[in-house]
Amino acid sequence: MNQAGFPLLTLIIFLPLAGAGVALLLGQRRSIVRVWTIAVAATDLALTGALWGLFSYESAEMQLVDHAGWIAPLGVSYRVGVDGISLWLVLLTALVSLIAVWIAGVGPGKNEAPCGPWLLALETAVLGVFCAVDLILFFVFWEAMLVPAYLLIARRGGERRRHAAIKFVVFTMAGSALMLVAIIALAWLGYEATGVLTFDRSVLLGVTLAWPAQLWLFLAFLMAFAVKAPLWPLHGWLPDAYVESPAPVTIVFAAVLSKMGIYGLIRICLPLFPSAVEAAKPWVWALAITGIVYGALVAVVQRDIKRLLAYSSLSHVGLIFAGAMAANVQGVQGALLLSVSHGLTVTALFLVAECLQARRGTRQIEAMGGLWKSVPLLGTLALTVMLAAIGLPGLSAFPGEFAILAGIFLQSPTAAGLAALGVILGAWYMLNLFRNAFAGPLKLPENRSLPDLQRGEAAVLVPLVVLLFVIGILPNLIFRPTDAAVSQMVEQAQARLVVEAQEGGE
Amino acid sequence: MIQSPAISLWPHVPEVLLLASSLVILVAGLFLRPERRKWLAGSAMFAVLAAMAAVIFQGAEPVKASAQDMLLADGYALFLKVALLAAAALALLFSIEYVERTGLAQVEYYGLLLLSVAGMLLMVEAVNLVTIFLSLEVASIALYVLVGLDRAEARSAAASLKYLLLGAVASAFLLYGMALVYGQAGTTSLSGIEAFVDSLGEGMPPLLLVGLGLVVVGLGFKVALVPFHLWTPDVYAGAPTSVTAFMSVGVKVVGFAALGRVTLYAFAAAQGDWQWLLAGLAALTMTVGNLAALLEKDLKRLLAYSGVAQAGYILVGLAAAGEEGVGGALFYLFAYVFANAAAFGVVIAVARRHGADSRGDTLESYAGLAERRPWLAVAMSLCLLSLAGFPPLAGFMSKLYVFASAIRGGMTWLAVVGVLNSAIAAYYYLRLIGLMVGRRERQAPDVVPSGAVCPALIVGLALACLATVLLGIWPEPFLEWARAAARSLLGG
Repeated sequence: MNQAGFPLLTLIIFLPLAGAGVALLLGQRRSIVRVWTIAVAATDLALTGALWGLFSYESAEMQLVDHAGWIAPLGVSYRVGVDGISLWLVLLTALVSLIAVWIAGVGPGKNEAPCGPWLLALETAVLGVFCAVDLILFFVFWEAMLVPAYLLIARRGGERRRHAAIKFVVFTMAGSALMLVAIIALAWLGYEATGVLTFDRSVLLGVTLAWPAQLWLFLAFLMAFAVKAPLWPLHGWLPDAYVESPAPVTIVFAAVLSKMGIYGLIRICLPLFPSAVEAAKPWVWALAITGIVYGALVAVVQRDIKRLLAYSSLSHVGLIFAGAMAANVQGVQGALLLSVSHGLTVTALFLVAECLQARRGTRQIEAMGGLWKSVPLLGTLALTVMLAAIGLPGLSAFPGEFAILAGIFLQSPTAAGLAALGVILGAWYMLNLFRNAFAGPLKLPENRSLPDLQRGEAAVLVPLVVLLFVIGILPNLIFRPTDAAVSQMVEQAQARLVVEAQEGGE
Repeated sequence: MIQSPAISLWPHVPEVLLLASSLVILVAGLFLRPERRKWLAGSAMFAVLAAMAAVIFQGAEPVKASAQDMLLADGYALFLKVALLAAAALALLFSIEYVERTGLAQVEYYGLLLLSVAGMLLMVEAVNLVTIFLSLEVASIALYVLVGLDRAEARSAAASLKYLLLGAVASAFLLYGMALVYGQAGTTSLSGIEAFVDSLGEGMPPLLLVGLGLVVVGLGFKVALVPFHLWTPDVYAGAPTSVTAFMSVGVKVVGFAALGRVTLYAFAAAQGDWQWLLAGLAALTMTVGNLAALLEKDLKRLLAYSGVAQAGYILVGLAAAGEEGVGGALFYLFAYVFANAAAFGVVIAVARRHGADSRGDTLESYAGLAERRPWLAVAMSLCLLSLAGFPPLAGFMSKLYVFASAIRGGMTWLAVVGVLNSAIAAYYYLRLIGLMVGRRERQAPDVVPSGAVCPALIVGLALACLATVLLGIWPEPFLEWARAAARSLLGG
């Protein structure tokens, strides 16, 4: 039995799904559905708080493990657990889901077809991905995620929503299709080596993979994760999906779904395929850094706030990807912290965009300008969040970016220098956005009498900004729980690397 | 050992029961007054359930009776019989209201349906080329008539003719192949052929291989493998929808059953000779079926191409061979029966109140279904997601098994083709779901009727959806069962 004494993690994962089922039965009673979905998401966040309380910082092992047999003849079992690598992503998912369900319930689109139940279903799938220990279970959650995600875009999005939704699904499935083959092949190689057929990741860690097979398996997994993150040039689905989706969906996509790719890279690729990671490192870095610069440059010329934020997200995720790919403690720790920070800032940024759209009826930047004078409180919050996003010290992104750049620098100063360039470009488009939207004279008359920050908006934005400060000032709050698991993972991977290099040399 | 000439009838009770009921319905129907005809559906349903009970009862104490090397009621046959009877029961539940609405001749409809089921049950236990051919013809001839039963609909007659002609061509291929095999092996019994092929060692006579190839082609027509699939969309779209619901699953079950018996049992020793053929056909079938489905605007035709693609996935399992492969293919067939039949069930429900001319088969008529008929939309979505292979539904588990067996059988390339095909297929399945949950655009005519759906139809859909979910989240017992069935085939 685990520390909690009952299957807490299973409850956390499946509570949103059960809540979604009940919400669907409630059907057309939309006000009840709204309250119910918010209550479920809040309960789940409270449960993840309990999870944090029970989590032991010292242990590098999987904690609060729930285990049950599932498909014995295939060696597939139901096994979920958390360690330092997944803990923060679980909390982030629960928090962002609550915010998304809240906005869906009280925001401008609240009278349309409710999307709260689908957001909850999506939450279950994402939590499952972050907690699954069995690789088939991981894949089940990974693929199941597509259905609610597809429906969320296709139902409620903008004019080109169906196009965006299908594009997202086809990109993702094309990426993840080969992952299934790789998972089965991995288990089969494990069976040949050990005589036990299992999809348990912790057992498969002990299997040494010969060289060409390891590279192919790595590439199959990398493909799935790179599409999801996304890594340039596999980002084709991203602008449409982010822009066409309604705000709550965009938030979940940008804040949480992109982290599934990062998580997969750290969780599966780094420990299982160390030699392949080492060999592919320069190439992936090249792609990631191209993505950082490309995303930033494209963001500079955007006129639609949401589109600008979509490309900025691409740029940031590129940096996280590069950091994780460094495969050392600094890089991975930084990637995890920046994942959390990016999740929070991008949520806040899209919320600000939503607030502006609600006031102005458009997301075009030229329709704004000088808004600081009419909505000073919103402007202050927006500025804080933007500064956090570009990595100002004292705010949440800085420790993450610093650790990532340090991690990359230890292995390649050139790559670190180029990645830092991307960070600087980030400051350019973000400050540009602030200047064009908030600073300067109030030119347009219709911008003079806009309502300032509403109570409902403040209820979400202010806590987020507080969190940004807390993480920025006390980064060890985030670093400490992740330390044990990340150190152990990196050590084991490096030990395997040495063994594999010897075997390859013989 | 003394050969007992006596044939035990006990293992064949289900077939006899259905044959007898079919004849009773055909004869007694002549004397029924029109308003009493609704009893026919009930008695047909009763016969199917009784046959199902008999099969399950036999499954409890495995009998392995062979009727003079003609029929063999082994575990393999029992498994497939359950799938077939489930398909028949679903089709009957879907038929009741549909047959009345479209004014099909009820006596012929139920009589022929039961006759077809009886032929299919015989076919899954046929272990002789002669019985394979005869039972296939019994099942097919009844279906040719059923497809053309809607006399008010020109498409139905055209479909019937097309099915008859191409079916006859398929039978000719099959028969010619069988003749060649018989000419070489000197026996029509599969166990005799198995012994003969086994004794040959490496050198397979070319004529025997040609014979095997022709048998595969003939059966390939029946299960709609590419390039023998061209009849499928027209026949599926033209036939009365409840008939399509049945034949789209039933014919595949028996076709693959016979294909499995011939390749994996009779020609087991020649695996190297047919494996590449099946693998190639599987890759081709999946790819062409999915690509063709991308372009379809008519739902029944789309489901026809999707069915072609599904046949490709099932064939992956057979090509992978071994207990895993066959077990995977059997499990896949089982999952496919429920999802595919139920998808046609929803088509019946949605097009319910139509005149004979507009059947509501276009994709546009499903736009906005979720708002007006949420439960029908849920049922359809479950079926489509299962066919597309999304976890945690039955379709995902079946794909997992067949792909895993392909990788273990050393055919990773086939698994790669399969998973890439799943990505293509997601496009057209999800597009339809997107239509259903989206808003109705422009002034699309509101084709979905407002009245209540027939309770029998609802029961059928609910059972099929339940099975689809259950096979997905708790597949272990069914997988074990499918593997036991596979063992009984491979063990001889």
